Amino acid sequence: MASVHATISEPLILGDKSPGQVTDDVCSSLERGPHVSWWIALTVSSSMLLLGLVAVVYQVLTGIGTWGLNNTVGWAFDITNFVFWIGIGHAGTLISAVLFLFRQKWRTSVNRAAEAMTIIAVICAGIYPLIHMGRPWLAHWMMPYPNTRGPLWINFRSPLVWDFFAISTYFTISFVFWYLGLVPDLATLRDRLARGWRKTVAGFLSLGWNGSFRTWFHYETVYLLLAGLATPLVISVHTIVSWDFATSVIPGWHTTILPPYFVAGAIFSGMSMVLTLMLIARKTMRLEDYITERHVGAMCKLLIATGGMVTMAYATEFVTAMYSNNQYEQFAFINRAKGPLCWAYWIMVSCNVLSPQLLWFKWVRSNMAIVFAVTILINIGMWFERFVIIVTSLHRDYLPSNWTGYVPTSIEIATLVGSFGLFLTLFLLFCRFVPVIAIAEVKGVLNHGKKPH
Amino acid sequence: MAKNLISRDDNRRFLLAVFEREEDILGATNAARERGLVIADVYTPYAIHGLDKAMGLRPSRLPWVCFALGLAGASFKVWFEFWTSATDWPINVGGKPWNSLPAFVPVTFEVMVLFAALSTVAVFLVGRRLLPGKRPRLAASGVTDNRFALVIEETDATFDLGEVSAMLRSFGVSHLEERVDQDLL
Repeated sequence: MASVHATISEPLILGDKSPGQVTDDVCSSLERGPHVSWWIALTVSSSMLLLGLVAVVYQVLTGIGTWGLNNTVGWAFDITNFVFWIGIGHAGTLISAVLFLFRQKWRTSVNRAAEAMTIIAVICAGIYPLIHMGRPWLAHWMMPYPNTRGPLWINFRSPLVWDFFAISTYFTISFVFWYLGLVPDLATLRDRLARGWRKTVAGFLSLGWNGSFRTWFHYETVYLLLAGLATPLVISVHTIVSWDFATSVIPGWHTTILPPYFVAGAIFSGMSMVLTLMLIARKTMRLEDYITERHVGAMCKLLIATGGMVTMAYATEFVTAMYSNNQYEQFAFINRAKGPLCWAYWIMVSCNVLSPQLLWFKWVRSNMAIVFAVTILINIGMWFERFVIIVTSLHRDYLPSNWTGYVPTSIEIATLVGSFGLFLTLFLLFCRFVPVIAIAEVKGVLNHGKKPH
Repeated sequence: MAKNLISRDDNRRFLLAVFEREEDILGATNAARERGLVIADVYTPYAIHGLDKAMGLRPSRLPWVCFALGLAGASFKVWFEFWTSATDWPINVGGKPWNSLPAFVPVTFEVMVLFAALSTVAVFLVGRRLLPGKRPRLAASGVTDNRFALVIEETDATFDLGEVSAMLRSFGVSHLEERVDQDLL
């Protein structure tokens, strides 16, 4: 953070704010009673969560035969949703770590919420493999611990085991990174409040932070180290997720392009979901001075860039398949574009390739309604990308006698609705109880009280 | 870790100067160091760029902790994967060799990151005495909000309070106070 806080000429935060005003602006929305719209949103999201909860309990008690899987399509909705949420969970680290290393000062307005979104999305993702195990009460068997079954160790050669380590490490590091960033802000909250349970909780969690610069100095070093560690970590996580597919021998999966393709897609979908949430938050929580058109514009440009990478990956895998002289590989891709599930493929292409092209225009980037619509389209498109990769690659395999279709059951759809419910419920709670803007970091990029350069 | 200059035991006197603006605290801290005054600490609501140089702080040694523990975590994991997969209970998985070193890379990387990051954070928290539930001792009100406090130790007889106060006033100090150590801690 040290050098990110250099004096800047063009203001990142509008309204020529002083540090005190930033504290007031961010904390006052926590101290006010929640708006009616918050209660409405919470009611809707927790109802969705409840529906999902019922579905999960039912399928755990009954078994995953409640899903629409068959002998040919052995992976479908569950893994699609898992990869979708894990992908969304990549934006927080991109914004907090990668943009930090690239000295992008605008990240200070969005990093707190993006990191929270990451943690919540990883929680949502983690639920799916747990259910998929069929016997989630044996989930601890994934851990290599001395046991009475031999001891029988886990298979360290399996990408599924790599995935377990990658995601649990990613969750832990994201959480620690987020909490460490929160400590100075919790101290600000603690010192602002006269009494009450919020002061008690903030006092306990702020670790006795007193603003000592000797502490700040080491804190900055830790922050930089965590950013440096989280950057390769975030790339490793989706790389390993892609290996779940790439190490198999399914046409359309068994390619070397899958890791960069998945990482680019993850960052693309995550940025898009951050933007969706930020556009709602800036409007409803009156944060227009903090999340300005410039911030939205910068995120739109990242969407164009990552969308371009995703487009490149779609084109590359298609051309590689056509050029491979392998009829199974060629068929997998022709089947995506022209087979019975081609509608999913073309939703994917139009949402992920075509819709971000609108963002090249400045008037589009400064029209929040259009940007919001584009981010929703990308969220949909990226869900379909995973559906296309997983289901259309499987449903017509090497033997035409195996060919079949796939339709999700109501249980699977209810689980997806439930995971959105969990995501939104946790995010709404975050907006109510945690400073949504990194107060201490935003203060560092203000022009107030600095020598003009 | 920097030594905690403000200690509870001895009877020391401190001069507390509170500022309202970032450039004032930077200027005053610089001037104090240039005059050879002992800067006990500076309390700020956010990390101010350049204040480390103004205070004359040496680089943090935490990167070495990060490196050492990351290396330790990675080495342990390579050994552990080798021991479990090739020695303790070797299992034939698709005819792959017992010691499948390339296949051990992903988990080794994850464990390295986990060890390095968690140990760095733990050493930082313990080294700076940041513990859950600890009662904060604030140098002045508002140092976690909008004010900046410079704490200078009055080291010996040559400490000229009048001269130092004049210097601090030239940077627009808003509050000046002498304290004995017990008050500050």
